[in-house]
Amino acid sequence: MRHTISVLVNNKFGVLSNVSGLFSGRGFNIESISVGMTLDSSVSQMTIVTRGDDQIIEQITKQLNKLIDVIKVVDLVEVDHIEREMVLIKVAPKQEHKAEVLRLTEIFRGRVVDSSQKTYTIEVTGDEKKIEALINLLKPIGIKEFVRTGKVAMAREGTAP
Amino acid sequence: MAKKKLTGAQIILEALKREKVSTVFGYPGGVVLGIFDELYDDKELKLILTRHEQGAVHMADGYARVTGEPGVVLVTSGPGATNTVTGIATAYMDSIPMVVLTGQVPTVLIGNDAFQEADIVGITRPCTKYNYLVKDVKDLAPTIKEAFHIARTGRPGPVLVDLPKDVTAAACDFDWPEKIDIPSYRPKVAGNKQMVRQAAAAVARAKKPLILAGGGVVASGAYAELLELATILNAPVTTTLMALGAFPASNPLYLGMPGMHGTYCANMAIQNSDLLLGVGVRFEDRVTGKTNTFAPHAQIVQIDIDPTSIRKNVRVDIPVVGDIKHVLKDMNGVLKSELKHKWDAVQQAWLKQIRQWNESHPLTYDYDDEVIKPQYVVEKLYEISKGNAIITTEVGQNQMWAAQFYRYEKPRRWLSSGGLGTMGYGFPAAIGAQMAAPDALVVDIAGDGSIQMNIQELATAVINKLPVKVAILNNQYLGMVRQWQELFFEERYAHTFLDSHMIPDFVKVAEAYGAVGLRATKPSEVVPVIKEAFRLKKPVFMDFICDWKEKVYPMVPAGASIDQMLLQEPKKTKARRLKAVK
Ligand SMILES: Cc1ncc(C[n+]2csc(CCOP(=O)(O)OP(=O)(O)O)c2C)c(N)n1
Repeated sequence: MRHTISVLVNNKFGVLSNVSGLFSGRGFNIESISVGMTLDSSVSQMTIVTRGDDQIIEQITKQLNKLIDVIKVVDLVEVDHIEREMVLIKVAPKQEHKAEVLRLTEIFRGRVVDSSQKTYTIEVTGDEKKIEALINLLKPIGIKEFVRTGKVAMAREGTAP
Repeated sequence: MAKKKLTGAQIILEALKREKVSTVFGYPGGVVLGIFDELYDDKELKLILTRHEQGAVHMADGYARVTGEPGVVLVTSGPGATNTVTGIATAYMDSIPMVVLTGQVPTVLIGNDAFQEADIVGITRPCTKYNYLVKDVKDLAPTIKEAFHIARTGRPGPVLVDLPKDVTAAACDFDWPEKIDIPSYRPKVAGNKQMVRQAAAAVARAKKPLILAGGGVVASGAYAELLELATILNAPVTTTLMALGAFPASNPLYLGMPGMHGTYCANMAIQNSDLLLGVGVRFEDRVTGKTNTFAPHAQIVQIDIDPTSIRKNVRVDIPVVGDIKHVLKDMNGVLKSELKHKWDAVQQAWLKQIRQWNESHPLTYDYDDEVIKPQYVVEKLYEISKGNAIITTEVGQNQMWAAQFYRYEKPRRWLSSGGLGTMGYGFPAAIGAQMAAPDALVVDIAGDGSIQMNIQELATAVINKLPVKVAILNNQYLGMVRQWQELFFEERYAHTFLDSHMIPDFVKVAEAYGAVGLRATKPSEVVPVIKEAFRLKKPVFMDFICDWKEKVYPMVPAGASIDQMLLQEPKKTKARRLKAVK
């Protein structure tokens, strides 16, 4: 099963390497990882999406907790939470599909952030389903490339453990 | 009074003294010259110059296993640092406290592939408990304080501090933090009361309880608590390789070691118990054999300070996270007040069963008048030292026979690379142990293969007048590997024959280093050689030319259940069968 794990860490060099090394060293897979600062600049927030059975996830959370620089680990599967991801998609539609691209962008509440003779670059934010749906709709029209940020996630107020 | 500024090198020395370090094992080089220069005429800190950085780390490890305090290593950058890796990984696997100081190229050169630069922090990330690159001399004192704190608390382990040359040359005030608090690192000491009660209740209900003690008991110093627990419960105890001596071998409740080369009785007890109480043990595969048939009838209770050890390899019904000493104290308290007397009677049937297993399949070997049996050597080492030696081992058959045929009454007298299984560990570890316990008799039980992996440290032993003894069980083979080849590879001895009967001539090697070399080729020579070696106040190599065909039994083949043991083959007719340890 897929889990989104939120990890608060000391903002020091080498910490990301410790965390990713923990996964690679034990043969656990990371589907996505995102890191950023928090209100307290000495602390960073990581959001890791990983997959595994209960035993593996238990090991992952315990091993994360064991790292000296890890302050807090929350497996968000256990709490009600919000997940968001951003994607930049560069599409190269034929002339007759240009309107369709703009329409889809609108429907998905995205924005065109760059355009050229042949391409549009679209920015869309949402949960995973929404992003995948848009990508699937744009594929037949012609995606040149896309870049996803990986997930960030946050527990809903009042539900954090 | 204004504080005097100290250089980084002076700060390091001062910090080590504040941590009550008296001995550093090391090897110099370009970027650490400044530190060595400070050490040169220091009155309180003694530097033991080794002959290889790996030797230095194993010595610090041996020192730590005997004293319980972190061993300290100082080496140069690049190759000096990379040479420490095997030693660090060995200590990490066995949770041995250690602080390794490595020199590093100046901060401006880091990342430039400078001469003798190695990213040792990156290299050792997976085999240290924590590591640091110090970039500012002001961070030096607090970092060293933290390093010792992390190395010795919680589940102990090695910590590495990388020291760029400019940082150790720069100067600043010496500010020693009195206390260390790392909010993201606060190991849990007390066990959850509720869980302790649950564990105690389960243990009290059991009809066939068994205590499985591991290295955590040694790390935590919980010997008295373990003995008390076993006594209150009248429950049998088996200790893993890491915990030999944590429970007295002579205690009638002691079953020896379980696992791949464990006793028949310990393995059968695990497979038949209805409650297995794991104390400071991580259920490694060499202990469990096939995990899904491990302890099939038992409810498993596990006490460990490291939550990741719990449920990693085997199912656990009742976990208790905390320091063993602390948790056992609490648990003994609960048991003493609640255990009903009637329970003792139920126990007798279980203990009787265990006695039967023990009597039907004790650890044995076939004594021979003509050729030296390695087990006989270990047995005689035990008898002649009256069980009072500190024993270190290499890896292979020598390690297993040392575990089986020497009996350990006290903790911290058995030093062996359990987790990593590092050949070349035992000899430098013995030297470190001798530094820690100058008056003790220290014996490395070695194989002729392993001893050659750090044989250069004989110079360190001789020069520092450390009278360690090395008993080489010389079978001319990489014996344990040969055993697997005999049993599982149709006797095809691919690259395990060392022809080491005379290459090298261990007696001459010893003499070349200024040590003493003795040899026994017949069983009748074994006792005189041991007695002579023990009498001499010098390092001695004892070269015992042994029966190369001898194998370690019992043996659980890889992947089998631990009750599927290969046992000692039928005796030869003229052989006398000795009943050994148990
Ligand atoms: C550094 C290292 N390399 C290889 C091994 C694999 N290995 C395990 S036991 C063994 C043979 C050891 O031979 P020896 O030291 O002669 O001891 P014996 O088994 O004969 O007692 C080997 C090669 C190891 N444990 N460590």
